[in-house]
This record gives sequence, C-alpha cells and structure tokens, in this order.
Amino acid sequence: MKPTRDILVVDDETVITHAVQRVCSADGLTVDCAVDAAEGMGRVLRTGYRLIISDVMMADVDGFAFLTDLRRRRIPTPVILTTGMSTVQNAVRALGAGAIDFIPKPFTSDELIASVRRGLVYARLQAEAEASSRDARPDSIAWVPPPPSYYRLGYASWLMQERDGSAKVGVTDLFLRTVDSVQALTLAAVGEELVQGSSCATLKAADGLEHVLLCPVSGQVVEVNAAVVATPGGLERDPYFEGWLYRVLPSELQYDLQHLTACSSDRM
Amino acid sequence: MKPWRTLGLKLTVAVGAVALVTIAIFALVSSRSDNRALLAEVERHANQLSEAVKSSTEFDMLLNQRDRISETVRRIGQDPSIQRIRVMNKTGEVIYSSDSAEIGRSLDKNAEACTLCHKADEPLEHVDIAQRTRVYRVHPDSQRLLGIINPIYNTLTCSSASCHYHPRAQKVLGVLDVTLPLTEVDKAIRQGQVEVGMLALASFITLSVLIGLLVRRWVTLPVQRLAEGTRHVAGGDLSYVIPEVRDDELGMLARSFNNMTQRLSEARLQLVQSDKLASLGRLAAGVAHEINNPLTGVLTYSSFLQKRTKDQPEVQEDLKVIVRETIRCREIVKSLLDFARQSVPKKGQAAINEIIARAASVVENQLQLNHVKLVQALDADVPPVTVDANQMQQVFINLFVNASDAIGPDGGGGTITVATSRLKLSPIGITQVKKAQCPKRHSLINAEVRIDNKPSIRVRARSEGSEGFIYRDPMYGMARHQFGIAPEPGMHVEVTCPECSSSLNVHGAPCPECGAATFQFEVPGKGFVEGCTNRACTWQRWTDLEKGGDKDFIEIRVRDTGSGIAHEEIPRIFEPFYSTKGQKGNGLGLAVIWGIIDNHNGSISVESEVGVGTTFIIRIPVEP
Repeated sequence: MKPTRDILVVDDETVITHAVQRVCSADGLTVDCAVDAAEGMGRVLRTGYRLIISDVMMADVDGFAFLTDLRRRRIPTPVILTTGMSTVQNAVRALGAGAIDFIPKPFTSDELIASVRRGLVYARLQAEAEASSRDARPDSIAWVPPPPSYYRLGYASWLMQERDGSAKVGVTDLFLRTVDSVQALTLAAVGEELVQGSSCATLKAADGLEHVLLCPVSGQVVEVNAAVVATPGGLERDPYFEGWLYRVLPSELQYDLQHLTACSSDRM
Repeated sequence: MKPWRTLGLKLTVAVGAVALVTIAIFALVSSRSDNRALLAEVERHANQLSEAVKSSTEFDMLLNQRDRISETVRRIGQDPSIQRIRVMNKTGEVIYSSDSAEIGRSLDKNAEACTLCHKADEPLEHVDIAQRTRVYRVHPDSQRLLGIINPIYNTLTCSSASCHYHPRAQKVLGVLDVTLPLTEVDKAIRQGQVEVGMLALASFITLSVLIGLLVRRWVTLPVQRLAEGTRHVAGGDLSYVIPEVRDDELGMLARSFNNMTQRLSEARLQLVQSDKLASLGRLAAGVAHEINNPLTGVLTYSSFLQKRTKDQPEVQEDLKVIVRETIRCREIVKSLLDFARQSVPKKGQAAINEIIARAASVVENQLQLNHVKLVQALDADVPPVTVDANQMQQVFINLFVNASDAIGPDGGGGTITVATSRLKLSPIGITQVKKAQCPKRHSLINAEVRIDNKPSIRVRARSEGSEGFIYRDPMYGMARHQFGIAPEPGMHVEVTCPECSSSLNVHGAPCPECGAATFQFEVPGKGFVEGCTNRACTWQRWTDLEKGGDKDFIEIRVRDTGSGIAHEEIPRIFEPFYSTKGQKGNGLGLAVIWGIIDNHNGSISVESEVGVGTTFIIRIPVEP
C-alpha cells in the first residue's frame, strides 16, 4: 500500500499524541493518532503511513509486540519506539527488536523532530532501495552497509572488534544519509565511560537539528578520532574506516554483543 | 519485680542462711566442748575434795571417833561452794552428813544414783570416776548439782584396827558422797552461750549486709543495666550502649550484648535498605513511567513554543526556564531509574586503585576549589576485583563529593584520605546464593517467597503422599528455611525440581548430622549446595565454597575531616532522598552507592563523630 499520510503516533496518553501531532504538523507533516495498539493496527491497515511512533507501555499490547505484529503482517513501515521507562536496556532492546530509533520520554520538540526527520528519510531510502532492487538496478546504491565483520546497534552505530581487544565505534552511512549534512560533532573525552544504549555522540546537522547517536558498546574511551571532529565532512566520505569516532576498551563485550546485529547477516 | 523475688535478696538470704547454720553448728559444738571442760574441771575438784574428806576422816574412822568424823564432815560441809557431804554405810544408811537432818535415813538402793553399783543387789567393788559422778537436779526448777561418790574400801588397817568392826572379807565399808552445786558453772556456760549467740548474730548480720552490698554492686546493678539495655533494644533503639562494663562474666555478657546490638543495628540497616531499595526500585519504575508522560507534554510544548517565539525575547527567557527545569526533572527521574538498578552492572576485572585514581581525577577541580586535600593511601598489592568499573567509579565520586561537602567551602579546607587494603573473611553467613538450578537447568530461585528479603531457593518435596515446597535460605550458612511440608522424622523425602520434576535427591548419602535424606542443587559455575530434608536439621554443605576457606575482600576506607554525622542520623543516611545538603543534593548519592555495593555482594558501613569526621568502609569480595 502506498503511504498516503506521514506519521501515525500510538500512545495511551493523549497529551503525548497531541503534542507529537502539534509539533510534527508545524513541520508540515500529516499526523494521525491512536490510543492503543489495536487502534493503531486498524489505522495502519486502512491507511498507509511513512513512519510510526509508538509507546512501549500501552494498555493492550506493548510496543514490542506491536512492532512484531507489524512485521508479521509484512508491513515494512519504520517504527520509532518511545517510553517513560527510559532505560538503556529499553533503548538497546528497542533497537535490537527492529525499531529504527528510541526516544526516551520526556523529549523536546527538537529531539522529536530530529528523530522524525531521520525516520522519514530512512523510510524514503528503504522504499528507494526496494524499488531499485525490484527494477534490478544494482548500480544505484542508496547507501553503503558496514563491512561484514562489523556489528551494528539498530541502523545507526557500528562496532568493530580489534585484535588487541579494543574496539572501534562509528556511525553508519545510512544514519549519515538520514542526517542533513553533519556540520559539527560533539564527542566524549578520553577516559570517559560509555554505556551501550546511551548517547555517545551528537551530530549537528545543517538544518540546525542535533542528532544523538546511541553507543553500541560499554567501555572506556581510550582514543578519539580528532581528525573527524576537526572536519566532520570526512565522516560522510569514509564512515567505516577513516571516519571512526572512538577507540574503546569494552567492559562487557560478550554481554553487549547479544544486543548487536552482525553486519554479515545484512547481505544474505 | 517484687523486692523479695530479686536475685540479690535471694542470694543474700541464701548466703546468710548458710552462714547462720554454719555458725550455729560451730557455736553448739564449741559450747558443748566448753561445757564438758567446765564439768570435767568441777568433777576433778569434787574428786579432790572427796579424797580430801576421805583422808581427813580416815584416821578418826580407824579410831572409830564418830563425833570427830561428824564434826569434820559438818565443818567442811559448811563451805558455801559445797552443797552437801555425807557418808553411807554398806546398807545405805546415812551415818554422817553435813545436813544433820539426814543422818540415820536409809537411801533407796534403786534410786538412780545408786543403781550403777547396785545392779546385782550387792555393792560393786570397783567403779571408775566417770561412773561415780552424776549431775542432777533435785527438783526440775532447782539448780544443777554434781554429786560424786567415793567408796570407802576395807583396807588392811581397817580390818586390823583395834575396834575390828569390819570383817576382813568385806571389800567396801561405805560410800562418801560429796555434792557440789553447779550454779557458777551453769552461769559461766550460759554466759558463754549468750556470747556465742551474739557473735553468731553479729556475723550473720555483717555477712548478710556485706553480701547484699556486693551482690548489689556485682550482680544487681549490672543486671539492671543489662535489663535497661534490653528495654531500649526492645523499644527499637539499637544504638543503646550499656555503660560501665566490668571485667567479669556479667561484663562479658554486657560487652557481647553491646556487640550484638551493634551487629544487629548494622544488619537491620542492610535489611531495611534492601527492603526499601527493592520497593523503591518497583516504585521508581512505576513513577518514571507515570511522571515521564506528563513531563513529555510539558517539555514538548514548551520547547516547541520556545522555538516558535524566537522573536519575543521576554517570552523566550521564561520558556527557557521552563525547558531547563523540565530537563532537570528528566535528569532526576533518570537518576531514579538508574538508582532502581534497571541497568545490569557490567562487571569486569578492574584494579580498584585505578578506579579510585580515576574518580579522584574527576573530582580534582571541585576539591581544589574547596581547599580539600585528597590523600590516596592505596595498597599496591590489592588484587584486581570483578566489578562494574563505571559504577564503582560513581561510588567513589559520590563519596569524595560528599566528603568535600562535609568539610565545606569555608573553614580552611580539610583532608580526605582514601585507603585500600586486603583482608580475609569467612564466606559462610555472608554469601548469597543468587543462582540455583536443577539438572535440567531450570532456575530454582523464587522471588515471591523472600527470606531476609532475598529471593529464596524453592524445591518441591514429597513424602508419604503429602507434598509441598521447601524454601531454602539463600544466605549460605544461615538456615532460616521455610518448609511447606512437615515430613515425619525418619520418613524418606523425595525432592524434585518444581518445574521439570527431576530428582534432586542425593542417593546413598544420608545427612551426616541426622541421617535423613539429602538433596542438592547446582549453583552455576560454583558447584553444588547440599541440604538436609529434615526441617529440624541445619546441615548444609557447599564444598566449592568451603574448600576455598576464608575469602579475600578488598576494604576501602574513605575518611574525611568534615563536620561528621550525628549518631542518630547514621541509620538514615543511606535512605533515598535523605539529604543534609538542602538545595545542593537530591539525596540519592549514598543510596546509589548502597545499591551499587549491594549489587557487587559487598557491604558498606560508616563510622562518624560530629566535629571530627566520617569514615565510610566498603568491602568488596575479590571473587564475584
């Protein structure tokens, strides 16, 4: 079904659906609301949406079950999960379950818009990729996936294990493409501890929005890529090698890997 | 307590009674012996007198000068210390007497005094002195008398005298009877008895008073202080300390009582904390969800409005405050969630000294501003520990910041000393079984039935048709198990996994203490814990844990020279939202620390003195 509306927001709190509707409408987007997963599913089946924003804790089924149900019905609409239980576990779990983003409540209008704009670009890119594979045009690659030996958290950040036990962390090409040209990069300092599922970098885009990158691994920062901070443009040129962000000493790598997706599976 | 029921009085009375009986027996024996000695003296005197009378009259008798004899007897008998002197002939007739009225009277040979010699109707010829003496009263009310008889034998001179009155064959011619009054002796005896009695009474009173005083000092007062202590503890005041402890058994009891209340107070603190934290965890999760939703409305609308009113500076300022403060709320709720330990600690091998050094570098600037010196007395030999370095760093940052705040910005600064050391502690009684499984790897941990607020280990038990659960105490070494089934002693108990019914019994290995059936479950990676099916038996064995002996712990002491914590405040400092910093802190710092340390199977305690400073003591097991 061809999407006719931009966003469906599912939340049992109407103050939130209304707030999202208000903010997104002001951004020129068409927004519908649903108070639970059942109503949401009804709307999705009647009307196509480009993006769904769903709460995790709802009266009937939770956001994870809603997401699973959508995929089971072969509805590819990207889903952003949001919850008041804003823990790193929920963030990691949401991304692991196939949500494209996780917005912890409460959020500012800018945080919402940043996530929504990325989501809409992501949806567009996905649709284009699907169209190009249908039309058998393998030359027109929409984005470059990470190398097969890498792991990713959601579609946004990647992790590469080094032989010496350290790991490199970076941002995927797909995430960069959902962001409108990175102008500045704010990173953690050497010695800081990063936690999987919490913010590790802020990318300031040309449109003034700040995009938060969730860290794929927990550990101590031992090195920061100064070159990429100095010239953020280098990030988009080579996101997987020269454009790395951190070198990290992981504290619980085996635990963290359970929530990451092996990039080798992306090419099957 | 009624005064006559007191231990002191009972002891006093008992000791007094024993003393009284002892003194009485002594007095009796002593008075009897005095009595005997006095009587013997009188006896000897009477005998002497009797012999003297006999000798002085012997010559007159030989000459048969009866008047002279009579006169001699009368004169001697006039002495006031002599009651009476008389001479009887062999037929019992009084022939001479100091009492002239008696002369010519015949005495009854059957009278008591006479029977000894006259049993066979014939006068005896030989009677020893003890038998010759008699003590008697004429009348029950009259004074005592001592009489001594002295036989007058028929000597050669008698039978050959010119008068030749006595035939030779006759052995005894008559009897001299001397009677002395015992008035003086009796007086002396009575006086002696009174003296001994007085002495006994005085000793009894002195002893009783002395014992009473000592018992009061050594027993009653210490016991009263102990009782006072138990009343305080019963009333919930575990900080009560029994004062003035002596060096005796009761002192030992008082000391161990003080020790017990201190331990109890620590244990209660830990217990109350884990209880509170568990409920707070659940509460926080609920509150976070409930509060974050309305906060989303506030934050989204206010930030949206802020963006849309960029051209109105006066509104911008106000909205900025709303957005900033709402974001502050968001951070508070986030810290609540962090505190509720939704985040699993990510543990790894780490050097505690490095973590401390890192934490120190984080707070360095703040400490410098407060003129606080941080001294690191770190033992370079402490082994690496399995901890969540991030969380542990948070612990030290919080402690350093707290210490710095306690020292205060004014007052010329102070010192924080952080010291690490290694120590060994027995794992029994302090190790919690956090994972337990059956042979098919089903978890036996049951969070619904909690023992000491910790999830218990649940197994199913079946015996002779009855069936129920046994909830084992998760603290190894304690045996506060809960039995949902009461198997008869000696009955076999079948123990199984509640989920898959795999048998957990250890066959052919009866309990070494009571002989009942035993069972075991696995603690993944840490061997098996064995237990007994007899509810009255506390036997359990965890070979892997016990063979390791005492466990290594790292102790970290963070001492400051700050304002200290009042004694009554100490039990509350680990409570969430308990803050003495007013606006400065949110009161979660120490609670977060407590949560993290508990998560690492460690313990935290505090020693503090107002005006002197505070020391936090953290113990972390080296092995996780």
